[in-house]
Amino acid sequence: MKIEGQVRIPSGCAISAVISKDGNKMSGETITNSMKPMHDRSNGLGGGFAGYGIYPEYKDFYAFHMFFDSRDTRKKCEAFLKERFEIVQSEIIPTRKIPAITDEPIIWRYFVAPLNSVLVSLQSEEKEFVAKTIIKINAEMSGAYVFSSGKNMGAFKAVGFPEDVGIFYKLEDYEGYTWTAHGRYPTNTPGWWGGAHPFTLLDYSVVHNGEISSYDANRRFIEMFGYKCTLQTDTEVITYIMDYLLRVQGLTLNESASVIAAPFWSTIAAKTDLDDQKKHTYLRTIFPSLLITGPFSIIFAFDGGLMALNDRLKLRSMVVGEKNDKVYIASEEAAIRTMEPNAENIWSPAGGEPVIVKVKEGAF
Amino acid sequence: MQTIDVADLDYKAINETLREAGSDFIIEGCCGQKFIAAGMSDKNVTINGIPGNALGAYLNNANITVNANAQDAVGDTMNEGKILIHGNIGDAAGYAMRGGKIYVQGNAGYRAGIHMKAYEEKIPVMIIGGCAGSFLGEYQAGGVIIVLGLHKDNKRIVGNFPCTGMHGGKIFLRGNCENIHFPKQVTARCASEGELDEIREYLSEYCSDFCYSVDELLSEPFTVITPDSKNPYKQMYVAN
Repeated sequence: MKIEGQVRIPSGCAISAVISKDGNKMSGETITNSMKPMHDRSNGLGGGFAGYGIYPEYKDFYAFHMFFDSRDTRKKCEAFLKERFEIVQSEIIPTRKIPAITDEPIIWRYFVAPLNSVLVSLQSEEKEFVAKTIIKINAEMSGAYVFSSGKNMGAFKAVGFPEDVGIFYKLEDYEGYTWTAHGRYPTNTPGWWGGAHPFTLLDYSVVHNGEISSYDANRRFIEMFGYKCTLQTDTEVITYIMDYLLRVQGLTLNESASVIAAPFWSTIAAKTDLDDQKKHTYLRTIFPSLLITGPFSIIFAFDGGLMALNDRLKLRSMVVGEKNDKVYIASEEAAIRTMEPNAENIWSPAGGEPVIVKVKEGAF
Repeated sequence: MQTIDVADLDYKAINETLREAGSDFIIEGCCGQKFIAAGMSDKNVTINGIPGNALGAYLNNANITVNANAQDAVGDTMNEGKILIHGNIGDAAGYAMRGGKIYVQGNAGYRAGIHMKAYEEKIPVMIIGGCAGSFLGEYQAGGVIIVLGLHKDNKRIVGNFPCTGMHGGKIFLRGNCENIHFPKQVTARCASEGELDEIREYLSEYCSDFCYSVDELLSEPFTVITPDSKNPYKQMYVAN
């Protein structure tokens, strides 16, 4: 029998998210349950979540979530980290033994701060140093993967159905103001622990339903800037593109959306707002290699907010709903109704139209 | 009339129940179960809650009423029957339908009526009360799509690229559609009396389903779009 990765299985994937604009905390149980009505969109080869605001007691430290293939790798990686970071806490991420999740790697988390002496000697800005270190570990340290690295946030992912992954990681014990979720149905790439979504770098995380036709063009371009695509799947490149556009280039979220889901030239030409037309022409001309083609609906989350975006042809479904201080986003309305039966203003954003939700200043 | 609470049932169990005895059903507590009533004939099904994707796929002469929004691919490849939605529908509604009716009170997502077709007495009809997303009637090969643009809040009645690859059938849009760009291979013009007479029966039925006045609907001009058969396959995805 051919294994997944050798055969192509055409399919769905599912995404879901909730955010409180007032910064109110929600346990991870709600988002876990939202994946249940979308069960058939996944095939059990990957599920994952990202929660924001979940580590208030360590909010000033980078939370590294890591997979290791062996105790030796962990020891080696810890020695590497200790030369660069102060590790204020290191512990196993609590999990529950359940029949639905098997063959787990060693799953560990570290709360760390970069050593000032190292930053000074490298003349490196803090975030840049942390990002480079993560890329180095993922690319060069065999058997070790940093799968989450932001402050006061964390990704939790595994091979399995998402609703089981939520139970496996005891997400009901975490409280966050934003949660995102993904159910995977891998099409062209293997289903493995590192390949589950979300894909993260610093506080950025991406969950993605779709398939990037432009992956290699995007990868070649972004790898010129020091990123390395190591996780054997297309979605990670979106995370690096967003990091490059937002953190390195200083673009706004709206501008980044206009780069990765740029309108057709004919749509740009037909714009009556000439400033808007000029802006889109500029962005598409400067960053042609960062246009992401092929079907996608993504939820990009960051410290204090999130952005949902469809590809410009809208080849994947995505709906948005609201209730009081909360905004809900999912591949299917059924997932929103599971989180909030009385959700209001249910609507589908157009292709390439970003939905940006931010938590009120100071509320998180 | 039989009421089924489907909160804890998957789509297989729901459809097995529907296939068994009886013809009239009310489904309560629906939340995302796909394929409801797929391929069924001679049933009347009312759904409370949100039905999942591919509601009424391959429908073969059953009536479905949804008292909420419906998700993607409503009436995929349906053959006969009627689906009535008291809300909005998702993307790709009526995908390749070849008969029957889909009447929607609210808006439609992208690609409504994609590849609808017709053959002799089989003429599928889709009426969208609100607005339609981009790629309305993409690759349409037959049948009738009507968009009414009611309660549209200053939005355009259709999104971008309507009628891309259309090579059969008719689309009627209420209003003069001056702000809509159509591809070269179709002709958009003001609908004649005769053309409006063709759809009057459907509009009357729609109005009685949703309590609107047909005369009021017809008091505004309609734009009708038909393919120009000389050049039906102008490519869009390659030369973008």
